[in-house]
Amino acid sequence: MRAADLATAIVLMAVGGLVMFDAVRLGFDWGSDGPKSGFFPFWLAVLMIVACVAIVVQATRRAGGVFVSREQLRPVLAVLVPAVAMVLVMEFLGLYVASALYLAFYMRWVGRHRWITIVVLALGIPLATFLVFEQWFLVPMPKGPLEAWLGF
Amino acid sequence: MGLENFALGFSIAVTPFNLFVAMVGITLGTIIGVLPGLGGANGVAILLPLTFTMPPTSAIILLTSLYWGALFGGAITSILFNIPGEPWSVATTFDGYPMARQGLGGQALTAAFTSSFVGAFFSIVLITLFAPLLAEIALKFGPPEFFAIQLLTFSSFVGLGGGNPLKSLVSILLGFILAAVGLDIVTGQLRMTFGFTELMKGFDFIVAVIGLFGIGEILLSVEEGLSFSGAATGMKLGVVLETWRILPRYWRTFVRGAFIGFWMGFKPGGATPASFMSYAFAKRFSKNADRFGKGELEGVVAPETAAHAAGVAAMLPMITLGIPGSPTAAVMLGGLIIWGLQPGPMLFKEKPDFVWGLIASMYTGNILGVLMVLAFVPFFAAILRIPFAILTPLIVVVCAVGSYAVHNSMIDVWYMLLFGVVGYVFKKLDYPLAPLVLALVLGDLAENALRQSLIMSQGSIGIFFGRPISGAIMSVAVLFFLLPVITPWWRRLRGTPVTTTPAARET
Repeated sequence: MRAADLATAIVLMAVGGLVMFDAVRLGFDWGSDGPKSGFFPFWLAVLMIVACVAIVVQATRRAGGVFVSREQLRPVLAVLVPAVAMVLVMEFLGLYVASALYLAFYMRWVGRHRWITIVVLALGIPLATFLVFEQWFLVPMPKGPLEAWLGF
Repeated sequence: MGLENFALGFSIAVTPFNLFVAMVGITLGTIIGVLPGLGGANGVAILLPLTFTMPPTSAIILLTSLYWGALFGGAITSILFNIPGEPWSVATTFDGYPMARQGLGGQALTAAFTSSFVGAFFSIVLITLFAPLLAEIALKFGPPEFFAIQLLTFSSFVGLGGGNPLKSLVSILLGFILAAVGLDIVTGQLRMTFGFTELMKGFDFIVAVIGLFGIGEILLSVEEGLSFSGAATGMKLGVVLETWRILPRYWRTFVRGAFIGFWMGFKPGGATPASFMSYAFAKRFSKNADRFGKGELEGVVAPETAAHAAGVAAMLPMITLGIPGSPTAAVMLGGLIIWGLQPGPMLFKEKPDFVWGLIASMYTGNILGVLMVLAFVPFFAAILRIPFAILTPLIVVVCAVGSYAVHNSMIDVWYMLLFGVVGYVFKKLDYPLAPLVLALVLGDLAENALRQSLIMSQGSIGIFFGRPISGAIMSVAVLFFLLPVITPWWRRLRGTPVTTTPAARET
């Protein structure tokens, strides 16, 4: 727990540093017509770095603990990794195909559901999304070659 | 205030279409409240793109009804499954679940819904009375006053939010920093884009809400290992009527809970601490204090009344000042801007039909809500019997759809995943997420108010303390910021041990 706490605080401190660097480039003092663009970010960054230093000091004084155990991490990654893969596939094949694949994969791999359940839901849910968003509310979703072939 | 305004509101809220919209909102909201990982805030965020083509009043009725539904839905899972769907229903599990285990689930649910309704109704009446007055006062506010109120909003997270004040502060700052990314509308300069064109548009808070609360919550709940073992609902008309006969006995608990809820709720971060506080008070004053935690009806009444009163009260600063009291209200505020309305006190003057339609819909929405949840509890409870290997990917897909729909851009879906991981890590390390979201929403407004104030005063911070209203608000804000420093010192002086309050995690 302590290591994760320290790492997060240090990452946030680095973010603060980046912001400050950019604020200095923009100018954080008084311009001709009021505070310059970097004024607000600069002071945010200063406060952020100070607060993170305090968090680091606090964390080093406290006893450690396990941030996440191996058994806990497995189901988390089982959700996250396929989700990342889904978004990647979405870039090429569109949302409907990607979500159908993701739903089917997860239901089979983690849930070990019967194929009939998987096929019905993996086709039904994207289809319902299509009807609600694309047809009913006219909100377009990313589409791929399949939709183009079907004429949408 | 004019009674004609009130009548105008009802003439808008009680049209067949708007009642239908409210019912759809309540149904979806209750489902969202029941599902782990989908709360009020990201439920509203995901549905926001669907409202772009609707008239603004119907749109806000849909979203607020969704919010009421989510508030009701939280109680169902707490009582029947011992899973608080929302953080403010944690206290409801203390007595609700034991009651359900003893076969008194019907009584517990009836009490929870009725208390929710009473708490909400109390707050709505207060909003009806005070919102026009507050808006009238707020019309006289200048940039320093608005900046002071915004600072007060954030100081209450640090001073009153519970948890680690430093981490609350960092959450706020990170929200403001993310809000500043992109084009600076005042000077036209690009900030913190570091040459990446993708960063020019900045970070949308809707995507942040969906990622932080939706994906982050799903990751947390799969880590904890989902296992639903529900008690039977035991919901019958006879049980409802019988419980309604008993409930008036607890009128003191109702009144206390409603006041605590309203008082905590119109400041940000309120609903969760309000529910705990109301529970603690009820236990303290009850004759059956030893029965609390074992299935006491009053232990369900107290937190539910307060949580709903607070949830509704969070709407008050949103409609009068344009400053949201909770992340859900923040998302609605974002919706207002997208629908082309300028949030703030002018709304009462310029769009009375919108404001009063919204207020009237709070009455109709809550009345419809309590009747609908009472009637359909078994249906909503059945949702949690869906296997989690189906629910989990479904929620992820719904989140992805919602994120993409905001701007029709794939980069937002990637941001959603990123925010999901950030939400997961932050929640495990006790960084509160609500202040981050509020800062992201209010970032531009707060910065502009600060800049304009400083231009007015030629760069002197004295302007915030020199004007009476902003001076008073600023002093309270500074006090709240210093509270975490003062409190331990004060306690040591008095020789009392340091107690920790439950961390406020709002959605």
